[in-house]
Amino acid sequence: MTREIFISGEHQRRDGDAEPAPRRSSGAVRVGVPLSAVPLIVSCNGIQSALDPAGEEARQVATLFWVMTVGGLAIWAGVIALALYASRWKRGAITTEAAGRLIVWGGVVFPVTVLTALLAYALWLMPSLRPFGDQTQAGLRVEIVGSQFWWRVVYHRPDGSSIVSANEVRLPLGRRVEFSLTSSDMIHSFWIPALGGKMDLIPGRTNRLSLQPTKSGTYRGQCAEFCGRSHALMAFPVVVMQPGDFESWLAARASASPGVVESRSAETLFLRHGCGDCHRVDGTQARGTSGPDLSHVGSRLTIGASLMTNDAETMARFIAHSQSLKPGSLMPTYLDMPSADLDAISAWLKGLQ
Amino acid sequence: MWRLLPKEVESLWTLFTAPVVWALHFLLSYVGAAVFCEKPGLLGEDFDNLRVAIGLITVLSLAVIGVSALLAWRQWGFGTGDPPHDDPTRRDRLLFQGYATLLLSGLSFVAVIFTALPALFITECLR
Ligand code: HEC
Ligand SMILES: [Cu+2]
Repeated sequence: MTREIFISGEHQRRDGDAEPAPRRSSGAVRVGVPLSAVPLIVSCNGIQSALDPAGEEARQVATLFWVMTVGGLAIWAGVIALALYASRWKRGAITTEAAGRLIVWGGVVFPVTVLTALLAYALWLMPSLRPFGDQTQAGLRVEIVGSQFWWRVVYHRPDGSSIVSANEVRLPLGRRVEFSLTSSDMIHSFWIPALGGKMDLIPGRTNRLSLQPTKSGTYRGQCAEFCGRSHALMAFPVVVMQPGDFESWLAARASASPGVVESRSAETLFLRHGCGDCHRVDGTQARGTSGPDLSHVGSRLTIGASLMTNDAETMARFIAHSQSLKPGSLMPTYLDMPSADLDAISAWLKGLQ
Repeated sequence: MWRLLPKEVESLWTLFTAPVVWALHFLLSYVGAAVFCEKPGLLGEDFDNLRVAIGLITVLSLAVIGVSALLAWRQWGFGTGDPPHDDPTRRDRLLFQGYATLLLSGLSFVAVIFTALPALFITECLR
């Protein structure tokens, strides 16, 4: 944590891209991707830090952290001072009674009082960290389904309609949003440090989490429960937008992207290579659900769950080399695909805004 | 007053009484809350009833631990002895056991309170 403060400037970016793109040949990519993520993960401030809160829950968690830290430091300083006093400044015997009193007050009464106070404070915070609204009048609900190594994201609007997306979460500034969290394979954990605490995604169970963003910007979420070889690469950008912008963004995602009709030949190639068995693209025959919904994949900030910035070139690289970029992922590699097909499909996908 | 309590308790079991009460209290509180929230209706509907129930078993546990501490205190000679009681005599063994039981009772007393503390602040299954 401390080492990081002195090196990278990367953690300062807030509104820009969520992740620096590893632009290397595929041999270096294997090493390059995890290393490039390091500065983001270990910084104390920036897009993925619980100590740089951008949400109501994260603010309370940060306050709790500072209260505990300052409390711990004060006690530590007291103990060290006492040790110095005893060993350097006042060497000499004290009576048995005085020693007994010191043990009872300093070793029993004091720690019990302090621990009771700190525990009560932490417990007292708990209800406000889980402020679930009345089920009937809930606003936006976001359903998250974790899968190796990507996130299905479904926005349930108050009017009952729902919009499917993946690998990116957008939220309206200042509004309370309720997440329902589950998993399709194994235990993952959904954590946006800048906005709040983490919550596990457990197969066969739905967990709830409530968050209220208070600062607009782009943050980073990360799977926080080891879930396989590419667990560390299971992340997602989080964009907190003005409520009006958010509504129009969401509305645009309710229907097929205008980019779908840009290239019927690319669409045909997409279907012919079998991509539609796993991926859905609104406005086409592609109806698969075992991979991320690609209806508007071109407008995502990143590709591959925060693996790389999103452009036609990284898109092509991900499709051709998914296994070397994300070992163990359920997306097959397409090394043998003719490059003309690959380029056409990637350009078409990037056009799905 | 001391007549109410057994004249002399001379068994290793007294040593464990307080920690066992602590363990039972812990299990009852946590398993009870888990079942209450996971199977609505089985143990009642009102979360406040669960909180009161945890409060009652807490008072009961503290009382039992209190009695155990009192017996231990008596066994230790009401604090007249001078620890560490490490002579190889029957008397020192008794005093040592009384002292250790008293300390364990104190630990269990605090632990039971800490176990019950969440029920003071948490007002709903999801909160
Ligand atoms: C066997 C099912 C399957 C097939 C077939 C498949 N994919 Fe995927 N695809 C996945 C899965 C699973 C992921 C998520 C991988 C990850 O991030 O771990 C994915 C991820 C992607 C992504 C990144 C999506 C994002 O949100 O960043 C793109 C783009 C993509 N696939 C394109 C394609 C194309 C183009 C084809 C056909 C040439 C194809 N896929 C075929 C399962 C599949
Ligand atoms: Cu995961």
